[in-house]
Amino acid sequence: MLEVEAVAALTILILAFFVGFEVISKVPPLLHTPLMSGSNAISGISIVGAILAAGSEHGLVATLLGVVATAFAMFNVVGGFLVTDRMLGMFKQKDRK
Amino acid sequence: MTNTLVQLAYLAAAVLFILGLRMLSSPRSAPRGNQIAAVGMAIAVVATLLESEVVDYRWIALGAVLGAGAGVVAAMRIAMTAMPQMVALLNGLGGAASALVAGADLIANVVDRGVTPTGIVPTAIVLSVLIGSITLTGSLIAFAKLQEVMTTAPITYPGQQIVNALIGIGVVTLGVMIALDPTQLALFWALMAISLLLGVLLVIPIGGADMPVVISLLNSYSGLAACATGFVLDNSALVVSGALVGASGIILTKIMCDAMNRSLTNVLFGAFGAAPEAGSAGADGQPQGNVKAYTPEDAAVIFSNARSVIIVPGYGMAVAQAQHAVRELMDTLVEKGVEVNFAIHPVAGRMPGHMNVLLAEADVPYDNLVEMDDINPQFPETDVALVLGANDVVNPSARTEKGSPIYGMPILDVDRAQHVFVIKRSMNPGFAGIQNPLFFNENTMMIFGDAKKVVIAIGEAVRKY
Repeated sequence: MLEVEAVAALTILILAFFVGFEVISKVPPLLHTPLMSGSNAISGISIVGAILAAGSEHGLVATLLGVVATAFAMFNVVGGFLVTDRMLGMFKQKDRK
Repeated sequence: MTNTLVQLAYLAAAVLFILGLRMLSSPRSAPRGNQIAAVGMAIAVVATLLESEVVDYRWIALGAVLGAGAGVVAAMRIAMTAMPQMVALLNGLGGAASALVAGADLIANVVDRGVTPTGIVPTAIVLSVLIGSITLTGSLIAFAKLQEVMTTAPITYPGQQIVNALIGIGVVTLGVMIALDPTQLALFWALMAISLLLGVLLVIPIGGADMPVVISLLNSYSGLAACATGFVLDNSALVVSGALVGASGIILTKIMCDAMNRSLTNVLFGAFGAAPEAGSAGADGQPQGNVKAYTPEDAAVIFSNARSVIIVPGYGMAVAQAQHAVRELMDTLVEKGVEVNFAIHPVAGRMPGHMNVLLAEADVPYDNLVEMDDINPQFPETDVALVLGANDVVNPSARTEKGSPIYGMPILDVDRAQHVFVIKRSMNPGFAGIQNPLFFNENTMMIFGDAKKVVIAIGEAVRKY
């Protein structure tokens, strides 16, 4: 049997999937490219685990994996949010003069 | 910072991610939504840095500075035409980060703390490493295909399915062995190596035009890898964020497959059986009549007398970097009182929404970017449809020819417009390798040449007219 913590995490997972499907299905095709880059920035959340791995004074191997993970995840977070911001800034409405 | 406070910070981050994504439902609120999600991320990062477990900031700083620096440079310098490559890179690094975090946690537990992971954790480690590694190398191959540093054609070889099946069996065997005894770190490294290889092998047989599906799918994988890592660390922030991204990628994958009227299985594994059929594809690719070649000056006469024009952009517009020239042509026509709109097919380009971003970059207002279902009824009342580097998405065979490989695919009904101009470099068939009857229609006029040069020439001719 699964332990209680795992069931709790599974509950969160499934509910989050439902929220995700509801929210994402309302994003218009117009914005699908920014959606992809923006969601990639969000999946950079593994930065949280990477920081723990790199900064907890583990052995060399675990720490090095943590450092590389930190760099990759940071690229996603910073690059993802910035490029999404840059793209979204280009979408303009017609001038209604 | 106490553990409870950190968990509350993660909850806040998750809420901000959801709110941010919800604001992407409109182009007006979207920039703010993206910023709100970024604030959520900042909260999660700061909370983690303050966690008691984190004692040494030097390594973190090293990784963070390298990653953030590269991220800033890439985000600011990437051309809009190369956005599919950027997203492929983001997918890959996201998946890799999740796999590495799961690996680091396993090694820290086994080597440093002498703890054996139990319960669901070993399974989650296997899934994280497997999905994350496939995402990394799969995305790098997708990147190479998009950047055209490797062939965009499907790479197939005899026995490909058998090789992949054997590797699949190897992955499952290793996975079960790790789940049973996670302390054998050699197995972990072996799983990582074989998963990296699998990522390469799964993407090389997929052709360039199917990249919108591959990128969407890898997008969902990067989310699912984060999810699995969330189970490894028992961290709800990763589970929620991973699920959101996973759901997003799955929805986009479905939209892309529907827009090509193909199943996901067919896109992913279609090339395996296709090699022997390649010869016969030429048979039904015979031209069905005469092609009428025209000059930009001919086009200018018809454009100048039109009341409504619909421009249909495709990947060729991105390749020719013609989006700014198109915008200038649009301005010229609008000044002459012509109504101009753009018809956007869901799989036009190399990723979902690719055309919209390119045209937005060229300052085309998004009110003029119209989705397929909304614009199709307008074609019969449209004077001129201008097809610009699109081919399969405007091929009428999809409606009529049951034997056609693209039969059933939803298309833009440009052939129903009064006049159709097609700008194309040559008569080479599109990716699907089939002829396009549109080019031989009575009302179709071909202009051969580079999309950008032709569009500029038409614009100049219209101004002089």
